[in-house]
Amino acid sequence: MSTTTAETSAPVAEQRPARAPRPARRRGENSRAGALASHGVLIVASLIALFPIAWLVYLSLGPDKDDYLHPGGIWNKMTFANYSFVLQHTEFFNWLKSSLIVTLGTTAVGVLIAATTGYAVSRMRFPGYKKFMWVLLVTQMFPVAVLMVPMYQILSDLQLIDNYLGLILVYCTTVIPYSAWLLKGYFDTIPFEIDEAGRVDGLTPFGTFFRLVLPLAKPGLAVAAFYNFLTAFSEVAFASTFMLSDDKYTLAVGLQSFVSEHDAQRNLMAATAVLIAIPAAGFFYLVQKNLVTGLTAGGTKG
Amino acid sequence: MTVAIDRATGKRRGDREPGPGLSGRLKRGYHKHWYAYVMIAPVAVVLGVLVLYPLVYGLYLTLTDANSLNTARTIGVNHIDATYRFIGLDNYADILWGPTAYDRFWSHFIWTIAWTAACVALHYGIGLGLALLLDQKLRGRTLYRLILVLPWAVPTFVTVFGWRFMLADGGVINSALDALHLPSPLWLEDTFWQRFAAIMVNTWCGVPFMMISLLGGLQAIDASLYEAAEMDGASAWQRFRYVTLPGLRSVSSTVVLLGIIWTFNQFAVIFLLFGNTAPDAQILVTWAYYLGFGQQPRDFAQSAAYGILLLAILIVFTSFYRRWLNRNEQQLAI
Repeated sequence: MSTTTAETSAPVAEQRPARAPRPARRRGENSRAGALASHGVLIVASLIALFPIAWLVYLSLGPDKDDYLHPGGIWNKMTFANYSFVLQHTEFFNWLKSSLIVTLGTTAVGVLIAATTGYAVSRMRFPGYKKFMWVLLVTQMFPVAVLMVPMYQILSDLQLIDNYLGLILVYCTTVIPYSAWLLKGYFDTIPFEIDEAGRVDGLTPFGTFFRLVLPLAKPGLAVAAFYNFLTAFSEVAFASTFMLSDDKYTLAVGLQSFVSEHDAQRNLMAATAVLIAIPAAGFFYLVQKNLVTGLTAGGTKG
Repeated sequence: MTVAIDRATGKRRGDREPGPGLSGRLKRGYHKHWYAYVMIAPVAVVLGVLVLYPLVYGLYLTLTDANSLNTARTIGVNHIDATYRFIGLDNYADILWGPTAYDRFWSHFIWTIAWTAACVALHYGIGLGLALLLDQKLRGRTLYRLILVLPWAVPTFVTVFGWRFMLADGGVINSALDALHLPSPLWLEDTFWQRFAAIMVNTWCGVPFMMISLLGGLQAIDASLYEAAEMDGASAWQRFRYVTLPGLRSVSSTVVLLGIIWTFNQFAVIFLLFGNTAPDAQILVTWAYYLGFGQQPRDFAQSAAYGILLLAILIVFTSFYRRWLNRNEQQLAI
């Protein structure tokens, strides 16, 4: 954890050199009590944010299925037995494989398509532009219930039920509108002169886009990738309806099936849940230093 | 393709100027802008095939009495053809005015509105508070940010699962309340406490997004505005009220709208927290899912009708929201 912190403090400092005078001045009038209060509130908030996850990790170390009712007892008999059982005697790795295929597929396809869309919407004022943005917003509003049945029909017509590609396509429809919106905002903050310069130097528009604009948009892309990854990784409703054979279950579905299969063995469920959280959190900490800049670049510009 | 786009770039500069009235020039616009359409084509195709077509089909389903017993299906080698009929708007009439419409629709509707309002207010309030704290120059600020964003980093179905442990009868929350001699409610059984728990868990899950968005907004506010305000003798509250809040307006209006849309359609938290055990704590989305997939026979038509109603509510709300923003001379960041 400490290494991550060290890495991240640098870009944050870079972002805010212009603001340095203000906090310094404010500190003068801010009493020590104010700083203490801030720390107090932040510590409490951090504990609240941390506790449910930490508790889950702690419970997963208890060897017995009813240990969660007597958490005090776990301390003396902590063991990784649950983990080794889950890894050795369940379909965990199959689920993980499915999840990674679907999630990484969604992330790659989603970010690529969203980036071209976002770029088009950001740089070119074509007729229908407003309406298109409006459509992107409205697609956010579609409830699962209205799309599920028809999507199921279409996918079975296309032979894509119980197929990774089908699920990737379905997830793309849910992630792309917001990603495109997000990236449009980020591209808006990249000066148009850069495109001009690329054109003068003889790049095609696609060259400009791929070689000049995309590298500059890395924070925005990271946030879009993060959003796509997490959405696809933790989606439950579509995955449980469209994936039928249990070796193609994603982790989200796998955990559900686990619940009925090992009816009361909550210790195993807790261990699985922790194992599932690890890839997501790992990916998250890869991109997190870009979150603040990437997420609101567009929103602030309006 | 390259050639055509080269031609296009030559004209791109002109596009940056405020465009002329678009109405009568669609055809010319098409020739001039087709490269833009090429770039958005993938999205248009994917959304058209997998969203628009299902939507139209779903709309058609709502006008029938389709359920899992009369739709086309294959059992073993036998293929059974669909036998559902067209029944017009009966589904909508039944949902909105039919017998027990209150229990089936309106009670869920009211709860959904309350749920959305409470969750978004809490998300925004707590998110703004934490963002303001994180925007100060504080020791360990980055570490706080890393920790506070954790609920967002861990998949919802994992965290909700963790919360179920904590809320269970005899779980850690009730043990703690007992130890403090406070009443320990039945979080997962009693309707009021189910709702309370759902809002609590969703708040916990949703704050990081608001916090990070607003933090980005805060960092984009020009520091000289604060200096000017300070020169004029503005108090901390006045600086917040007249510099920070207006500076956050466009971020706020966007994230609040997104928050409302997402919370209104928030499926995972309630579905995973209660499954089918809590009919009174279901919001419209989860209720519609229950009708379509959680019961036998599955009622596809009613489920889709709920979906269309949900969509209609959101679209009407968003139009009003946008009009209200325009009246206050704000723009949505789209």
